[in-house]
Amino acid sequence: MLKDVSFGQFYPAESFAHRLDPRLKILFLIAFITATFLAKNFYGLVLCAAVLVLAVLFSGIPVGKVVRSVKGVLFLVIFTALLNVFFYQGATVYWSWWILRITKEGLLFSAFLALRLALLVMCSSLLTYTTTPVALTDGIESLLTPLKWIRFPVHELALIMSIALRFIPILIDETERIMNAQKARGADFETGGLVKRVRAVVPVLIPLLLSAFRRAEELGDAMDARCYMGSKNRTKYKKLRFGWRDLVAFLTGAALVTGVVLLRVFVGATI
Amino acid sequence: MRIVAEHLNYTYNPSSPFAAHALKDVSIVIEEGEFFGIIGHTGSGKSTFVQHLNGLLRLPSSMKKYKPKKPKKGESLPPAPLLKVGEFDLADKKTDFRALRRRVGMVFQYPEYQLFAETVQEDVAFGLKNFSDEKLTEDKIANAVRAALEIVGLSYDEVKDASPFELSGGQKRRVAIAGVIVTRPEVLVLDEPAAGLDPLGKKEIMELLHRLHGDWCKTVVIVSHDMDEIAENCSRVAVFSEGEVKYCMPPAELFRHAEELIALGLDVPLTAKLCLALERRGIRLDCDFTTEDFIRKTLVAVGEKDA
Repeated sequence: MLKDVSFGQFYPAESFAHRLDPRLKILFLIAFITATFLAKNFYGLVLCAAVLVLAVLFSGIPVGKVVRSVKGVLFLVIFTALLNVFFYQGATVYWSWWILRITKEGLLFSAFLALRLALLVMCSSLLTYTTTPVALTDGIESLLTPLKWIRFPVHELALIMSIALRFIPILIDETERIMNAQKARGADFETGGLVKRVRAVVPVLIPLLLSAFRRAEELGDAMDARCYMGSKNRTKYKKLRFGWRDLVAFLTGAALVTGVVLLRVFVGATI
Repeated sequence: MRIVAEHLNYTYNPSSPFAAHALKDVSIVIEEGEFFGIIGHTGSGKSTFVQHLNGLLRLPSSMKKYKPKKPKKGESLPPAPLLKVGEFDLADKKTDFRALRRRVGMVFQYPEYQLFAETVQEDVAFGLKNFSDEKLTEDKIANAVRAALEIVGLSYDEVKDASPFELSGGQKRRVAIAGVIVTRPEVLVLDEPAAGLDPLGKKEIMELLHRLHGDWCKTVVIVSHDMDEIAENCSRVAVFSEGEVKYCMPPAELFRHAEELIALGLDVPLTAKLCLALERRGIRLDCDFTTEDFIRKTLVAVGEKDA
């Protein structure tokens, strides 16, 4: 039921992409996002799509799963596309009524936007599918190290992130357990109007909050008991290291951005 | 209500890398009036099984979208799973699960974590109000709550207006149990009812279950890790291991297989361990593994004739 929600969930597999350094994967995602935004014509986006296909092939994740990740933002994609279909001001008008008009340019632009959004989402999910939450926060912490110079608490931020990520499945489990217990006492979460449904949530929410606080307190005590003092003098169990795979991925990312910029300069904007 | 389960299967997260086959072709019959025990490791499928009994987990054939599979040529389908609790057929889409849940009470592990209301009275009455079809009068509610609190060993007048969160751990658990039995279910299922309690608290919970068994709830099913608890109390026991039922028999027979149970990684009651140790020294006791019987038989064996 709740457990079947696979939002941004790690997908265990042994693959090229899984073994990449998380820092590089984050940088690659940033490069990819930059490239999709720099692209001013379909050639640029097709190049991005080609790189994404390559990345999916090297990730061992089923293609269907990556494509389905768009489902979460499908509403947003369709909504923006529709807005642009009806409101984009273009020269070649196919149909118009009141302030709405459908133009050739509008259609092309909507398709362009939808494709760009879909690529963005798929590439981001690819990152979370191939990287464990722990590796991801390690990577972010390492990438943010320069901020330590201005006394920004990078380590603490990373810790907060990893704790939050770690607790999502636990709290989902807990919610399910409490819902089951209340269902066994005749609670009904599926029928009734809005007011009734909101009221039905109370017997779940209160125990859930209590348990979240209890867990937080226990975790704090456990960290205290082990003399956790924050970032000072801490070493890492898993050291991040760049390897040949990371070089390959880095070059691919660099080539992608360069390619998109070249296409932008030499082919020009078609949209 | 008699419980009949045949060929139950259940998989968590099907068709994903996290898929876990929790039940494999499980068949069990629990007669009305039994004090039935279920033992097994964490992850052996015992909790998954009991959650089927009140429809928290459903058979595929009771789902709205279910379409029966057609066998391919030359292939026979595995036998269809079947689950009946009294007159309820849980494989049927038309089953009234609310009516079922009113008659099959379920106490989860650490039930005190599901308390939520401002007063004990309100929390215990939660199930009562949910399950009744008409609006209950204050008197009726108070009477039912009083009876439920008294049978779990709390004084109604002392605790009814207290916040459930101010009570001690053992009291909280009793209130939570009262909140389930207040509807007088015919079958009461408890998942590790004594977990996390001290020895005295454990003893009190078992005494409470014996008080309930019979007049209040005809059938009691308990899931437990504590073999002594099972040996002393249950009429029959099912042993789950890796989603399968390995044994299903009275404890007096079951714990004769002490060595096999230990091989499965399960504990056995102290009496069974002692019997095993005595047997190695050539003394065979034919006891039913309750403490009382064990002591009597031991005394006979060492020659105290008048025991």
